[in-house]
Formats: sequence, C-alpha cells, structure tokens
Amino acid sequence: MTKLKSTLNILLQYNTLIIFCLLLIISSMISDSFLTQRNIFNLLRQHADIGIISMGMLLVILTGGIDLSVGSMVAFTSVLTAYFVKNGIPLGFTTLSGSIPAAIIMTIFLGMLLGSVSGFLIANRRIAPFIATLAMMSIVSGFAFMVSKGYPIELDESATALQNFGSGYLLGVPYPVWLLFIVFFMILITLRYTVFGRIVIAIGSNETAVRLSGIRVGIYTFLVYTILGGLTALAGIVTTARTNIGTYSRGIGLELDVIAAVVLGGASLSGGKGTAVNTLLGVLILAMVGNIMIHMNIPIQTQKVIKGGIIILAVLLQGLQSKISEKQ
Amino acid sequence: MDQPRVDMQNISKSFGGIHALKEVSLKVKAGEIHALVGENGAGKSTLMKILSGAYQKDSGVIKINGQTASIPSPHAGRKLGIGTIYQEFALAPDLTVAENIFLDHLGSLKGFIHRKKLYAKASELINRLGFDIQPQRLVGQLSIAYQQVVEICKALSQNAEILILDEPTAVLSPTEAEKLFITLKKLQSQGVAIIYISHRLEEIFQIADTISILKDGQITGQVCPDEVTTDQIIQRMIGRQITSLFPERKNKVGDKILSINRLTSEKKIEDISFDLHAGEILGFAGLVGSGRTETARAIFGADRIDQGTIHYQGKPIHIKSPTDALKAGIGLIPEDRKHQGAILPLPIEKNISLPSLWRNYQTAGLINQSKETKDTIDYIQKLKIKTSGPKERVENLSGGNQQKVVLAKWLGGHCSVLIFDEPTRGVDVGAKAEIYQLIQELAQQGLGIIIISSEMIELIGLCNRAIVMREGRIQGELQQKELSEENIMKLAIMKQTA
Repeated sequence: MTKLKSTLNILLQYNTLIIFCLLLIISSMISDSFLTQRNIFNLLRQHADIGIISMGMLLVILTGGIDLSVGSMVAFTSVLTAYFVKNGIPLGFTTLSGSIPAAIIMTIFLGMLLGSVSGFLIANRRIAPFIATLAMMSIVSGFAFMVSKGYPIELDESATALQNFGSGYLLGVPYPVWLLFIVFFMILITLRYTVFGRIVIAIGSNETAVRLSGIRVGIYTFLVYTILGGLTALAGIVTTARTNIGTYSRGIGLELDVIAAVVLGGASLSGGKGTAVNTLLGVLILAMVGNIMIHMNIPIQTQKVIKGGIIILAVLLQGLQSKISEKQ
Repeated sequence: MDQPRVDMQNISKSFGGIHALKEVSLKVKAGEIHALVGENGAGKSTLMKILSGAYQKDSGVIKINGQTASIPSPHAGRKLGIGTIYQEFALAPDLTVAENIFLDHLGSLKGFIHRKKLYAKASELINRLGFDIQPQRLVGQLSIAYQQVVEICKALSQNAEILILDEPTAVLSPTEAEKLFITLKKLQSQGVAIIYISHRLEEIFQIADTISILKDGQITGQVCPDEVTTDQIIQRMIGRQITSLFPERKNKVGDKILSINRLTSEKKIEDISFDLHAGEILGFAGLVGSGRTETARAIFGADRIDQGTIHYQGKPIHIKSPTDALKAGIGLIPEDRKHQGAILPLPIEKNISLPSLWRNYQTAGLINQSKETKDTIDYIQKLKIKTSGPKERVENLSGGNQQKVVLAKWLGGHCSVLIFDEPTRGVDVGAKAEIYQLIQELAQQGLGIIIISSEMIELIGLCNRAIVMREGRIQGELQQKELSEENIMKLAIMKQTA
C-alpha cells in the first residue's frame, strides 16, 4: 500500500516529464516525419517566442503574480520592430534610420519600460496583478494599432539581416531556438544560483516572511515584470524576423498559451513553485499537442477545446500531488 | 439523562511522531461547566479541536448523548450541537449582528433574507443571554465583549448543546468577564454543557463545577474546585519546579542602546516612550490587543510611525520599513511563526540565510551554497534543532524546532537589538527551556532584548524589567524584584487612577 502510494507520488511529481515523454512517443507513432531534425527544429522555431516569454512569465508567477499583457506586448513590439527598421527611430530632433541593432535595442528598451509600468502599479501602487496587466493589455494593444495605423508593416530588403535571423541556422540550429536556449539557461541559473532568484521564489512562498526578513519585496516584484517586458519584446522581435511582418493582430490570446505552458510545467499560480526545466517542458508539451492535432487534421475550434482540457487536467494532477504529499 | 452529554474515551493524537494526546478521557454532563487547564502545549486545544471536528483523532471513541459519533469536520461538529468560541472570532465585521448570527443558515429562508424575521430571531437569542444589542448594528462597530456575545449567539442559533470556549476572557475587561460568567451560568441552567479553557485559575474557581488538568497530553487530575487549592492545581499542571525552566540571569545591563520617545502608530499605540540597554532583557506584558505587538511592529518598520522618534545609540534613526530597521541592527521575531516567521515549504537553510543573503552569502549575486549549508549545520547543532538535515523543509518540523529556525535567521551577528514576540507560543516545554537559554546567552553577548509575552511566568523568569501595556499605552513599569503575576495583572487590567 505504501509502496503503491510512493510510486504514485513519484509519478505525480514527475508528471510534466512523463506527459512529455508520452507525447513524444505518441507523436512519433502518429507521424514518421515527427522525429526528423527538420520537423523538430521547425516546431521549436515556431514556439521560440512562447518559450522566451514563458521564462519571464515563470518569474512573475513564482512571485504569485500574473501578466495578461504579454499578447498585446508581442503585437506592439512586433509592430515597433518593423516600424523602426523601416522608418527609423524617431528621436524628436532627428531620426535614426537604417540600423537594425538600434531598432532591436530600442524595442527591448520600450518593452522593459512598459513592463516596468505594470511592475510599478503592482509593487508600488498595490494594484492586483490581474487588473493592472489587464489594463496594460488594452493600452498596449491600442498603441500597437496607433503605430501601425491598422496595417501590417512588412520588412523590406533593407532588413535581410533580421530576416536571416528569423529563418537561418547556426551550427544546424535555428537562430530563434538558440535564443530560446540562452534565455532558458539564464533563467535556470537565476533561479538556482542567484540571490535574486532565491528571493523571487521566497516571495511567492510567503511574502510577509520575506518582508519581515528586511527584504524590499517591491523592488523584486517591480523587476520581474520589467524582465518579462524585455523578454516579451525579444519574442516580438523574433516573431517579426520569422514572419517578415509586424502587425497589431499578432499575439492575440498568446498570454493564455504562455500561462498554460507555465502551469503545465507544474508551477503554482499562488507562487513559490515552478522550475525553468519544467516550464520548458510545458512549452514543448503545448507545441507537440498542437503538432499532433494538425497532423490529425483536427479543426481549429476542436483544438482549442482539447488545449483547454489539457490545462484543466494538468492542474487537477497538481492538486492530487499536493494532497498526497500532504497526507504523508 | 444520566449519560454524559460528551464522553471522550481514550483519545490519542500525534503530530509527526510527537504525542499531543495520550489516551485522554473526558466526560461532560448537561448543565455542567467543565474547566480544562494546563500549560500551553499541554493538549487542551488539540483535544477541543478533535471534539469540534477541526482535527481527527488517531484512536479513541467520542460519544455524544450516548451515541458514538464521528466528527470528520467542523460542519459535522456543529450538526451534532457542538459550538466553539475561539479567541479569534470568526465574524464578518461588515455584516449586521443578525446576519452574523444566522450566517450559516441564511439560506433556510428560501434564498431571500427576510430581515424582519431575522432581526426578531436574533433579538430573541440575544435577550435569552440577558443582553441588549441591536441586531441591525454592524459587528465591526461592537466592542470585543459584545462580539463575543454575538459568537455565542451564533453557536446557540445552531442549537448548540455543547459549548467550547477557548480562553474567552483573554480579550475581556474584568467587568466584561463578569458579564460573560453570568451568561455562562444562564446557559448552564438551560442545560448546555460548557467546556471552558482558561489560564486564569481564579475565574475557574469562580465558575467551574469540575476541573480537568492536562499535562503533556495526559489528564493528571480531575477535581472539584472546592476540594483543592490553586497551588495543588498548578503543581499538577507543571509537575516540576518553575525555576528550573529558566537560566540563571548572568547578563549585565549596560549602556542605553535604543531610545523610544513618544511613539504613536496607526491609532493602535499612543505615546510610547522607553529605553532599552545593551545586555538587558526587557519584557512587554499586557492583554491580547493591548498594543505590545503593534509597538514592536512600529519599531521594526512593519507598521507606519505617525509620531515620535527612535534613537539608536544616541543617534536619531528613521525607520520606514523592515529593511531600514535591519540596517540599523534591529531584528524582529514575529509572533505568527507560520505566516510571518518561517517560509514553510522551503528548506531550513534557505530560511536561515534569507535575511543575510546579500550580506553574507553571495559573490556577484551568486549564492555561496556550501557556506549556506555549512552555517546551517552549525545552527542546527548549536540550537539543537531536531531534523534530518539542512535540506529538510521547515513544514516537516515540530513547532519548537520551527521556532528555532526562525530564531537562527537573526543570529548572523548583524543585530544588536532583537525583539521576540511570543517566542514560545505553541512550543513544548523542552524547547522552551532551550529558547530561554538562548535568549539569556544573547543578552550576555550584549544584545538588547525585548520580549513580548502573554505568559507572565516567562516574563518573571527571564526579564530584568517589564513594561505593562493596556489599550495602546504604557501603563507602568516593573523592576525585576517587583515582577509578579499579581503586579503585572493589576497594571494590565486596571485603569490608571491618577
């Protein structure tokens, strides 16, 4: 009986990994072409943006917060990238044009700035994260429309370097996937080895205790939203590079995919629980489920239903796990 | 009606290997006031939580009115007619008296609230207890004593035939307490079985029919108040000499280290002034809600300071947050260990290093994890924390060991003033003595120590001096030789006659 229980507990503890492996097997059975290098890298390339944002979202969720504005932020930053590359960066007195690095830096800077607005409202003005970022979601999506005037902005031949980044390879691996891995490792190291990461996790576990330990909780809360803003801008740039287009309609509903990936990775929305590895697995699970459904020609509406069902299942599994470990 | 209303037989309960109750039996008849006494951690609350359904017994039988009963939840307990009044009231301050009383069965009025009927029924209950409280008043506007009456009415509205009161007078003034006793007598005459938990032996002698004494999870005696003396009861409660619990006072009181001048904070404390010296152990006594914790929180920067100044070693300091306090060398060990002190799901080492991460455990933002583990092992040995190792989660430890982890957080050598708020609440006797020893050692090292405690014995045994608070103000100060339960209580409950 106890043996059965502990086996069950281990199964539940590694449920993300187990689901991941199961899906890997199912995927390769359904399609011979699934396990080809090309398909895998394509899949990863397509989900690099969600993956990058998920890493930032993990930090936010670890503190017990949430950011609903990431979808709009992808739209806005994708528009900004295309706009800056095409029309240059308006600096008031002059326009800085023709520089892709400058466009990238400026977009990331603005992403962090917008993220810091959310962070300020939440950490300093004590607005609930859900409400603050819901408002930001609307504001930022308005910005995206205003800058693009409602039309997609296409990259032209002056931006080949950016396009190459979106579609090219380095040592056989697509650039966006490299970027995802770099971000993943940075978050992994942050959470495992840095004071910042330790405190972020502690805040989500017991904010009062952290505050009474003499730590300025607000600064950390502010920083996680700022970091997420920067990473979301990075994802916006990657999307633009991959698709050649910056448009205000990009990223609609993307916040749900990102939150789903983090939750599938076993993170708790009340904070304090979640790892970079599991979040990455969560992203991959989401990617594989999408891939399988496309292979099986499941209509897009049904896909949504299935996706939602999987999220509920993941959270139920988590609840079961914590219940069992409590009883021991 | 010969059978007891409550019959608990051989109840045992343990938490993580520690026996909280060992084969405890308790019988309470209808119309009886049965007092339950014992030290903190003796098992009184555990026993009552098992009866009310908040905890589950490991073994034993509970019979209610002769019927074997299983009480899997507080809801089931209420259905069996068991009402509990805890120290912390479970009232909604923004609802009316009547709504609070009938909160659990507002729905019985077919989904709609029939206010007139509700008010009438509430008035009837309140009158039955001999009080006059308007049922349409908001509970948040009532005094604590009246809120307690509302709690009792709430229990009665659910047809409670068994009423458990956990330290009901801790929050009441003497006149309010007298009123409560009259209420209880009235309920007694109406056939309600009352289980009464209290530390105040005088009042137990005043109202109880039977006294059961618990010690370390076992009943050590069941007596009638007119058969015994207070001393006999205390002896059975403690079963040893009180003095052995406390270390010898070897600390030397030195120079003034902290000076608080006319501190006022958030309308909870007013005009607080006192000095603390290096090497001194200063106690803060008073009833629950007298402003002791609020004083500590204001000095530590956890609550806003509206007026007043704080001088540290003669220099004025401005404390706006715990971070400021810590920079100045002031640490606070909060009263609520589980919610404010420890981070339960994290391992011991991550808890202990938390306040000193930036100061002691990092290079370029990276944590020096081997130093963290090494230091934690040192603390575990020094404080005798019972655990499998530094990586064990704090939630798996017993109360006393959790408290030691919280204490260890502040021993990194960066604090010269430590404030302990109820340092031994929910801690077993063995760990208590160890914590007292530690506090004494810290004072010997020259730290200024403030101890807030509701256990007067603790203040008497440890402190060089004690300040007594009442209703947010300092009521008086007692030197070591003046420290006695009587003197403390006098100041704590009586209005100053100036």
